[in-house]
Amino acid sequence: MNFHAPHIDYAALSPVLALTVGICIVLLGGLVRRDRVVVPLLTLLTLGITAGLCIWQFGERKDLVTGALRLDELAIAIALIALTAAAFTVVLSLGEPAAEQSGRGEYHALLLGSVLGMVLLAQAQNLVSFFVALELLSIPLYVLCGSNLRRAPSLESGLKYLIVGSLGSATLLYGLALIYGGSGSTDFNAIAAGIGKAGVLGDPLILIGIALAATGLAFKISIAPFHQWTPDVYEGAPTPITAFMAVATKAAAFAVFIRFFEVALGPESGDWDVALAVLAAISIVVGNVGALGQSSLKRLLGYSGVAQAGYMLVGLLVATKLGIDALVFYLLGYTVMNLAAFAVIVIRERETPFGDDIHAIEGLGRERPLLAWPLTISMLGLAGLPGTVGFIGKLYLIEAAVKDSFTWLGVAIVIGTMVSLAYYLRVIAAVWMTPGRESARDPATGAELPAMAGGETIEAGGVHAVPIGLLAGLAAAATITFGVIPQPLIDFASNAGQALAAFL
Amino acid sequence: MLNLLLSLPLAAGVVACAMPRRAAGWVASAGSLGVLGLAIALVAGFDASADGLQHSVDVSWIPGLGVRYALGVDGLSLFLVALTALVWPAAMIFSALREIERPRLYFLMLALAESATLGAFLAQDLLLFVLFFDLMLVPFYFLIGAWGGANRVPATTKMIVYTLVGSLLMLVAAIATAILATPAGGQLTFSIAALQSHLLSTGSQYWLFCFFAAAFLVKMPAFLLHGWMADAYRAAPLPVLALLSGVLSKVGAYGFLRVALPLFPQATTHFQELILVVALASILYGSAMAFTQTNVRLIAGYSSIAQLGFITAGIFSLRPDGANGAVLQMVNHGLVVVPVFLIIAVLYERAGSEDLGRLGGMAMRAPVLAALFLVVTLATLAMPGSANFVGELYILIGLFQAKIVYAFVASIGVALAAFYALRLYQRTMHNRAPEGVESREIGWRDGLVLAPLVACIVALALYPQFILHRIDPSTSAKVALRR
Repeated sequence: MNFHAPHIDYAALSPVLALTVGICIVLLGGLVRRDRVVVPLLTLLTLGITAGLCIWQFGERKDLVTGALRLDELAIAIALIALTAAAFTVVLSLGEPAAEQSGRGEYHALLLGSVLGMVLLAQAQNLVSFFVALELLSIPLYVLCGSNLRRAPSLESGLKYLIVGSLGSATLLYGLALIYGGSGSTDFNAIAAGIGKAGVLGDPLILIGIALAATGLAFKISIAPFHQWTPDVYEGAPTPITAFMAVATKAAAFAVFIRFFEVALGPESGDWDVALAVLAAISIVVGNVGALGQSSLKRLLGYSGVAQAGYMLVGLLVATKLGIDALVFYLLGYTVMNLAAFAVIVIRERETPFGDDIHAIEGLGRERPLLAWPLTISMLGLAGLPGTVGFIGKLYLIEAAVKDSFTWLGVAIVIGTMVSLAYYLRVIAAVWMTPGRESARDPATGAELPAMAGGETIEAGGVHAVPIGLLAGLAAAATITFGVIPQPLIDFASNAGQALAAFL
Repeated sequence: MLNLLLSLPLAAGVVACAMPRRAAGWVASAGSLGVLGLAIALVAGFDASADGLQHSVDVSWIPGLGVRYALGVDGLSLFLVALTALVWPAAMIFSALREIERPRLYFLMLALAESATLGAFLAQDLLLFVLFFDLMLVPFYFLIGAWGGANRVPATTKMIVYTLVGSLLMLVAAIATAILATPAGGQLTFSIAALQSHLLSTGSQYWLFCFFAAAFLVKMPAFLLHGWMADAYRAAPLPVLALLSGVLSKVGAYGFLRVALPLFPQATTHFQELILVVALASILYGSAMAFTQTNVRLIAGYSSIAQLGFITAGIFSLRPDGANGAVLQMVNHGLVVVPVFLIIAVLYERAGSEDLGRLGGMAMRAPVLAALFLVVTLATLAMPGSANFVGELYILIGLFQAKIVYAFVASIGVALAAFYALRLYQRTMHNRAPEGVESREIGWRDGLVLAPLVACIVALALYPQFILHRIDPSTSAKVALRR
């Protein structure tokens, strides 16, 4: 009897390995050196190397680790989003008190751990790896949300996220177990084959399993009505971490959402698309209406993220190659638009006494036009005005929806966009059309204003306006560039759709 | 050539941003004068006998989505491009002569607006048209919101929400048109010419037409969809308002001729009476409001509603005469309303008010200003001998051929125009001057801005055939499709 060692494809696993090694080095580096430069640099280095390895592996399509993971263009595209968002977060965290208080090494190592979870989640092709990666993504985030130890809202945010996130995970796990019970397999492809005989509707076990799994994922992506935690957690968490969650978590969870629904359940898309369509519509309505009355910018972006998740869900539920292309394209655009906005918020949060309240950006156009532009472009992009990547993204999604006879969802996206203008334009109006405020005093009575929720002045270790502002400008430039010349990004996104096209 | 036309204003605007504050306005104005030169060359080189597109540009832009960067001029768009190129430098130079806060941003936005408007007139790809149509709003949002008067932020938000409601529905409709017109497995295309050859089923045409019509009617604005108009007109800076009223409102009417009639011929016939009713209601409502208002901006604003009602009625007579008259009238109205608003700005500087009750007697010491205004007023009320008279006549002829009842109602509008136009002229220029009105002659610089516009009005009055001759092949073709 011969023993054959399993073949290990080190090249394809290299991004994951690099991240893992990086986590250890960063953690140790934090113990050895306590200064402010080494650990962020090591983290950026890790992210850079991982991104390089991802790009090197671009174009490969293969199963890894006996089919538990699959490396393809979708996985790499999402991994690159997560890595970009993490790199932004590292820069935004310069001078962030949370990083100081919880220990620089730990903070960055946790961040990298979450990125590792995302990279794995984007590759997961098996119920077990799916769940493990999701937890690897989530648990560091629970800690990071509460990492600003001296601010009660941050701790509250961490605890809230932990409880709600665990509930979501539990729901998901229950659903996965039922799906395993119904189909007899944990592998996505085998599940598709297992369901094939009876169909989804013929097997209540699988039907309930799918519903629970979709609910669990909806928690992570913050799709209404499972979004209630989002604004609170976004508001309380340290802003760099909020930026990271808003972008990267959503991207990674969408990646596995795509893979799970299109690969394992793709053949039965006719049975579940209406349910998801309803979720998408609810999300568009709830997110946009919820954002209307917000004065905290982080809460506003939280609600706007709920609405945007609704738009993106449309790309998923049509279950066509065009839909997946549109979704990946929109995710890429959403990443740059949101990062530009969060970068500006981080700077203003440290410069003004208003925290993330909308007062913090009043008069920005007059005083700091170089900061005002990225925020403006980001808002115009999120609102989907032409000349920005947001317009092309919406165009892409609507095209996918209309082509698959979901014209009413196209109209829903448009109506949501109209409502959203009211609050995106409010931000722009504050930037350009309102005079700036000197201090947190009521101009009429002179009384000190109550501290905005989460908005007490942050005792920062320096503003670091230059590097953060540069990043904001970079993201805004990308928003415009890909709005005018979208074809490269479309080609990139359509590779991801191509990778899954065989299953549709 | 069209590429240069489209990019020159924006390029000049960006350059102006890098200039010192005082020079910004002049650099941007120079760019728009360059556009005017190009537009004159375009008109001079236009082949009037051909009804197809000229100077076409057609390159792939987003192949993944089937969007092409396709530009072209035909008789329909030629004079609207020329109008845009003519009035933009007027508004820019008029602004550059005055102290403006944050001038670089102001002129950048004006320049972006010019590029976007030209783009909407030149686009021959449905999606490109929608894109420019939406893009026009962004600079106007900033221009009104940041340089406007009281209540500017709510006013501009209202304007943008109203107009984007229409134009985003149009986006869905544009995508749906392309997808429904593409045979299974075929390559998706948004080219207007290609879509025209695959007409949709009547049922699809109906709802798509409604989406497009909503966008166009809001933009004009037409009666019942004009809710944004009064607030935005009150708040907007006057040079910006001149452009908003003079050119942007025409994009809506132009859209009917460029998109709705050719792509949805059955729906056009089906909804003809509905749109005609809206148009007539706009004429009557606009006229009635124009002679009850006392704010001079709103008089001009409501008169625009009435004029746009005329233009819409001309288009929806669905006769070549009516459509020709409508296009001529679009140019005419742009030419008269821009000087009106600039003159209002001049009056405001002399009287400190925009209320008819506080104006008057201006003609006493300012004969040149009064003379300029008189020419504009007479053109506005479509005095026989003016090009506006010819335009309205053509529109009415078209209407008489199509629906005689509507023609009778529309004729009332001609008479009403005389009321409000003369009232505006008399109450500002004649009568006794109230306290605080300084009757002072128009400055020679402002005069130089206004004179070319007035000269164009006079020239067109003498020779309207110059336009009619060139637009007839294109507009007749658009209207003939329906038959």
